[in-house]
Amino acid sequence: MDLSFLLIQSLNSIQYGFLLFLVASGLTLIFGIMGIINLAHGSFYMIGAYLAYWLNLKTGNLLLAIAIGLPLTIGLGLVVERLAIGFLYSRDHLYQVLLTYGLILILNEMQRILWGNDVHGVPVPDVLAASVPLTQTQSYPVYRFFISAACIAVAAAMYLVIHKTRLGMTIRAGAVNREMVQILGIDVGRLFAIVFSLGAALAAFSGMLSAPVNSVYPGMGEQILIISFVVVVIGGIGSILGAFVGAMLIGFVDTFGKVLVPEIAGIAVYALMAVVLLWRPQGLFGGRPA
Amino acid sequence: MTVLPRLVLLLLLIGLAALVVFPFFAERFYLQLVTKIMVTAILAISLDLLVGYAGMVSFGHAAFFGLAGYALAVLQRDFGLVLLWTTLPAVLAVCGVAALIVGWFSIRTSGIYFIMITLAFAQMLYYYFNDSRAFGGSDGMFIDTKPTIEIFGFELVSLRNRIAFYYVTLGALVASYLIVRMILLSPFGRVIAAIRINEPRARALGYATRNYKLACFVIAGMLAGLAGYLGAAQYGVINPAFLSWHQSGQALVVVILGGMGTLFGPVLGAFVLTLLEEFVSGLTERWLVVIGAFVIAVVLLLPGGIASLLVRLRFGRRMQPAP
Repeated sequence: MDLSFLLIQSLNSIQYGFLLFLVASGLTLIFGIMGIINLAHGSFYMIGAYLAYWLNLKTGNLLLAIAIGLPLTIGLGLVVERLAIGFLYSRDHLYQVLLTYGLILILNEMQRILWGNDVHGVPVPDVLAASVPLTQTQSYPVYRFFISAACIAVAAAMYLVIHKTRLGMTIRAGAVNREMVQILGIDVGRLFAIVFSLGAALAAFSGMLSAPVNSVYPGMGEQILIISFVVVVIGGIGSILGAFVGAMLIGFVDTFGKVLVPEIAGIAVYALMAVVLLWRPQGLFGGRPA
Repeated sequence: MTVLPRLVLLLLLIGLAALVVFPFFAERFYLQLVTKIMVTAILAISLDLLVGYAGMVSFGHAAFFGLAGYALAVLQRDFGLVLLWTTLPAVLAVCGVAALIVGWFSIRTSGIYFIMITLAFAQMLYYYFNDSRAFGGSDGMFIDTKPTIEIFGFELVSLRNRIAFYYVTLGALVASYLIVRMILLSPFGRVIAAIRINEPRARALGYATRNYKLACFVIAGMLAGLAGYLGAAQYGVINPAFLSWHQSGQALVVVILGGMGTLFGPVLGAFVLTLLEEFVSGLTERWLVVIGAFVIAVVLLLPGGIASLLVRLRFGRRMQPAP
């Protein structure tokens, strides 16, 4: 194992970790603030990827496609929250799991109706198509750096919104004590609608970003959903910092697992989760045990 | 509800009678369909014991269902066992040991963490079978010979016969129902119910709650193994899809749809959901939309499931919590 191999795999791990973080942070926000287990989160990721593919085909520009697609997914998130999720706040987790399971079925079928069953590739935008030479023989695509940069930008924006704005203040307060926030006269219903659609948009955005790297295919949402849950549970449900650490851990374990010991790569991340849960049942950065 | 409402008991007996005479009238396709439904019903009963009575929401229950199929396939391929007397206990033992291991870890958590850790274990098994060459990878394995029941080399019943298979499955369903009911009415079952309602208090009364929960998990895992044994034998094939998280989700849907914590509800749920799927997929290619909408409608409008509907018809009020 030489140094350039280590470097490239580390870069891959970091990029995958950032992407996972974007998806998982939406999931953990929705759970931490609204108390909702959203199985349909992966479907938003899938919808984002398909929107990127479709709008890129129409406009010929991925960045423009993302710019058009994001408001669409925010809108979709709002609609879903109003029509379905909104009725679940006081109900047991079990019903949330079920209802969002039903949503997955519907959204998957919608994807099939709109875009069919084929696997699609999305070309990397020309501006970002270059590679950065690392050694004499190996180089690293610029687009992957772009993904990491975009994720860092979103993470920073999220940090600023949550810690420096009034909206962020109410979000943080809502996560600590929902009833108290309501009593203080803040429209929790509206707050929840905002959080849910932002979470959905985060998932969709990561789907859009990853479309040129991974192909766009039916069922892609479920794959990312399960792994994001692993990230969230490892990090501690509701903790953004935890989601970040969890995502990076999974990014490294999964990437290095696949190249070093491919036989157990599928199992490794789940084994990691089991170990973490046994050591700290509330996750690495979780507050009190649930 | 230690005693079933008379109406429900009557309906159950009528349903059972209908199932007993069904093979005399049914075509081959429907015979197999109902066999499949009864397998699902056994799985649902085992999950109801966990979710509805012990309050442990497992999102990885299909792991034991699929594991049983793999165990059956391996026993047949590598050990040449085809007798029901030898394979079934062996398969159940495998599932019991697996449930003991998974349960030992999982019961340390609760709530959403329990949901997630059971999912994680199921996914581990899924990827283990999916990635391993010895078990056929994603193609899975064939189960060439159906199990038979023999005495002194004389073949009494072969599950090759569809009608025989039907009756064996029906027997397994009735037995599972009665066994779980007996367990629930026993002192053990009362402690399980107490743990669901208030675990710290049950512990304060001196019950080793973890042992009770673990025992419950193992029983449920073995019953799911029984369902998996029959399911895999019926299809003659086992692949990782049998233990995918979809399967676990589907089992949960069946339990909730039927009415968790009622035991007969999940059986009804298995019939309603499978028949609905069969019916709608004949009408439209986009049947998953309809099923999805149906699931959402049930969650929003009928949280107690079909069972609550039945009982409400009779009593005009919401169902009492089950034992």
